[in-house]
Amino acid sequence: MKRLLLFLPLVIAVGVGIFLAAGIGKDPTKLESARIGKPVPAFSLENLNDPTQLLDESVLKGEVALLNVWAEWCPSCWDEHEYLMWLSKEKGVRIVGLNYKDQRETAFSFLGRLGNPYDEIIFDPKGSLGFDLGVYGAPETFVIDANGIVQYRHVGVVNKQVWEEVLQPVIQKAKGNS
Amino acid sequence: MYPELGQVSLILALLLALLLSVVPLAGALTGRDSLQAFARPLASGMFVFTGLAFAILTHAFMVDDFSVAYVANNSNSMLPWFYKFSAVWGGHEGSLLLWILMLTGWTLAVAVFSRKLPSTMVSQVLSVMGMVCVGFFLFIILTSNPFDRLLPNIPADGQDLNPLLQDFGLIVHPPMLYMGYVGFSVAFAFALAALINGRLDAAWARWSRPWTTVAWSFLTIGIALGSWWAYYELGWGGWWFWDPVENASLLPWLSGTALMHSLAVTEKRGVFKSWTVLLAIVTFALSLLGTFLVRSGVLTSVHAFASDPERGTFLLMLLGITVIGSLALYAFRAPVVHVRSRYGSLSREIFLLLNNVLLVTATLLVAIGTLYPLVLDYLDMGKLSIGEPFFNTTFSPLAVATGLLLGAGVFSRWKKTDGGWLGRKLLWPLAVSLTASVAVILIYGGFKPWAFAGVFTAVWVAVATLWDLWDKSASRQGRLHGLKRQSRSYWGMVLGHLGVAMVMAGATVVSNYGIERDVRMVPGDSAMVGDYEIVFTDIGNRRGANFTAQYGSFDVLLDGKKITELHPEKRNYPVGMSVMTEADIDGGLFRDIFVAIGERISDDAWAIRLQYKPLIRWLWLGALVMAIGGFLAIADKRYRIREKNQVKVADRAAKTGSAQAAGATS
Amino acid sequence: MRNIHGALLLLILCAFGAQAEVSEVYDFDTRAEEQRYQNLIAELRCPKCQNQNIADSNAPISKDMRDQVYRLMKNGATNDEIVGDLVGRFGEFVQYKPPVDKRTILLWAFPAIAVVVGVAIVAGVAIRSRKREKEESALSPEELARVKKMLADKDQQA
Repeated sequence: MKRLLLFLPLVIAVGVGIFLAAGIGKDPTKLESARIGKPVPAFSLENLNDPTQLLDESVLKGEVALLNVWAEWCPSCWDEHEYLMWLSKEKGVRIVGLNYKDQRETAFSFLGRLGNPYDEIIFDPKGSLGFDLGVYGAPETFVIDANGIVQYRHVGVVNKQVWEEVLQPVIQKAKGNS
Repeated sequence: MYPELGQVSLILALLLALLLSVVPLAGALTGRDSLQAFARPLASGMFVFTGLAFAILTHAFMVDDFSVAYVANNSNSMLPWFYKFSAVWGGHEGSLLLWILMLTGWTLAVAVFSRKLPSTMVSQVLSVMGMVCVGFFLFIILTSNPFDRLLPNIPADGQDLNPLLQDFGLIVHPPMLYMGYVGFSVAFAFALAALINGRLDAAWARWSRPWTTVAWSFLTIGIALGSWWAYYELGWGGWWFWDPVENASLLPWLSGTALMHSLAVTEKRGVFKSWTVLLAIVTFALSLLGTFLVRSGVLTSVHAFASDPERGTFLLMLLGITVIGSLALYAFRAPVVHVRSRYGSLSREIFLLLNNVLLVTATLLVAIGTLYPLVLDYLDMGKLSIGEPFFNTTFSPLAVATGLLLGAGVFSRWKKTDGGWLGRKLLWPLAVSLTASVAVILIYGGFKPWAFAGVFTAVWVAVATLWDLWDKSASRQGRLHGLKRQSRSYWGMVLGHLGVAMVMAGATVVSNYGIERDVRMVPGDSAMVGDYEIVFTDIGNRRGANFTAQYGSFDVLLDGKKITELHPEKRNYPVGMSVMTEADIDGGLFRDIFVAIGERISDDAWAIRLQYKPLIRWLWLGALVMAIGGFLAIADKRYRIREKNQVKVADRAAKTGSAQAAGATS
Repeated sequence: MRNIHGALLLLILCAFGAQAEVSEVYDFDTRAEEQRYQNLIAELRCPKCQNQNIADSNAPISKDMRDQVYRLMKNGATNDEIVGDLVGRFGEFVQYKPPVDKRTILLWAFPAIAVVVGVAIVAGVAIRSRKREKEESALSPEELARVKKMLADKDQQA
């Protein structure tokens, strides 16, 4: 009986080991959005292309869409842009841009050089909508369903792998639901 | 050419380690002296080849050999020579090599300083050390080779050492910390050897004790240096953040502290052996766990190395084999027979057991707090953060309880302490501590329950320790003679406990009475922090060896008199494109004044962080005093003379030990 | 004369000190408010950084979060409301003090449980030892022989 007690440290160590093994390779810095299952917060911000037109949460309703948070100053946004162009042109995905803490001129020069994959671009120079969405660094990409509910948030670059393994399945599911 | 030589010597060292882990052990088990005789030469050879590899890597840094990938990633031709030197352990591969160098160094030390021990014991201990070495040699050779080349595309210059690491702290902190981490491998090896041959006795405890104490002393210094470094270098004036990497170093320290105390009981009274040997295994396992946490990237930390899943997996396997192997050996071989020893409820044995309860609780608390987010994430129950507020609320009561117990335990006697006598003994120290802590609280202004508890505990520990010293040093030939008569190990204990008191006092006062202000200042402004007035006189630019900086000038005034000038900087390192806040500190025994430049608010206005940190130096001084205590304790005569006795004790212990082992397995 | 100079100097210095007291990066009416703000930002984690609180982090998102904490404080929000607001945006990850709930009860209760169990074990050890003491208050003949032998050994060594 007493000898059995001496096996306790071994059992505990094995248990801890299992959790440690599961933790390897996971990126602890990637966070799940707190907004999942909730509607996009209400906002009223200028259209990047037209300062006189105000956009609100209704641009994200009616059709499943990607909401892509980007800025000219963000290096990874340059990396993923080409893929976003491909998604919008070849796959016909509706992408709404959120120009985050940027300036109009630099944003235009960015789009001028790399092209414009966005159906609409929300201009958020102070980052207020970004803050309400819990954006903590560009680029981030949200999947919004037809009712304007946040279904998923991806932090980091969108590329082929992310699209095929993560975003596409979520979009399919969102389309099926609505 | 040289780097390949370095690689070859690592491989040779691995081969020697393999031999070391098999040959002497086989010799000890079969009783062949000729095989056991290989232990010492093999240990020396292993150290020499590792040292050679380390020297070659250092050479590559010194001559800017950017064909070596590790050098190219962690150095730059503009780096001053002393940072090139410390950059050797500025990244994962090199610091691992340093780790291994120390491991082989400790192995050699055991080989050299254990001539008085029975040869079977030495052979077994060295073989276990050899096994640990094999694991780490495989790790460095297979996953983290520091000698990998970038051929034929040799970069023109290196990517530079992380600016945070371009500091005196990097030169001293990792070597000390690793000395501590790795040093616990000796206690581990002794524990395993004792389990293998069934000689788990007082002699074993006596041999383990100095090794444990010295490793613990190094670890204490290493942790204190790390805390001091983070305080002045990371730029926000914190000295402990309960970051996973900090916790990783605290874990073996806490269990190592428990081990030192429980070894004392086992040596003096021959009891609690199974418990002590478990602590020895766990302490080294926690050192390895720390290494894993820091290098695998499973947790987010300000101090961690770049993460690499492949290395993480290898390290976890290494950790798994070591821990599961040793704990299985423990489960099968540790004695369950009770030693017929008697001790009263207030005996020193019981006090030390309670000390172990608290220290082990603290160890587990830190371990659980560090790993809990990992577990919840695995169970898909969300991503939580467990930080300062949690640890401060849970750890502080444990620290206070440990301190209160310590004060009483100092007076306790082995076997039996009379309750009434102990109560009377404690009366005066209690009164003195109460008065003193009320005075301290009044000086710093404002009663706060936890501040009072902390200060009282610190004073209580100090007063009880000194009171006991006063009692013990009473002598007919005068006080001085009485003091001289005390053994070095007793002096070691006194210093160790005084160090604890200092750390407690420092931690309590600085966290409760420190002042922090974030103010908006333009040159010419002045602001108060505590009783000190800080005048922002100027801000300009300056060029360093490999950076440019905005350079602020601040006058510090006390009662209208200028006492010093501070020059905090915001540095820009062009090679790595990083910005660093370099705070400036006016340090003192009783308070630090800390000024750091934050962001630029407008053209001439800056966010400035001002801090008044009372008694913060006591944290590190206390740790230093503790460590000095440890070094003093191992210089005690009884570890050096009476060697003949020791052999006899060991022989006798061998007989009773094997009898016990027989009893245990039946 | 010198005295007058001294007094004048002191007066100027005092006036200077009083006049030049600067504003906080964020303005607070009382010291207590300022302290409350400092405590709050020390307990919130920057979601972008490697384990830093928003007080210490220079990341832009930390600045936004500090602004929000300040804004909410000025609007009279309680500490719980402020933390709740930020948790609602960024998730539980941003609070360094995990909430007490089903998932974390083990975490919070652990130290108390461990100490109670540990003390109980030590009490068991002490009681058992006391029992032994009563049972074996006298040495058995066998033990006596062992003691004699040990003493003899010691004499030989000395």
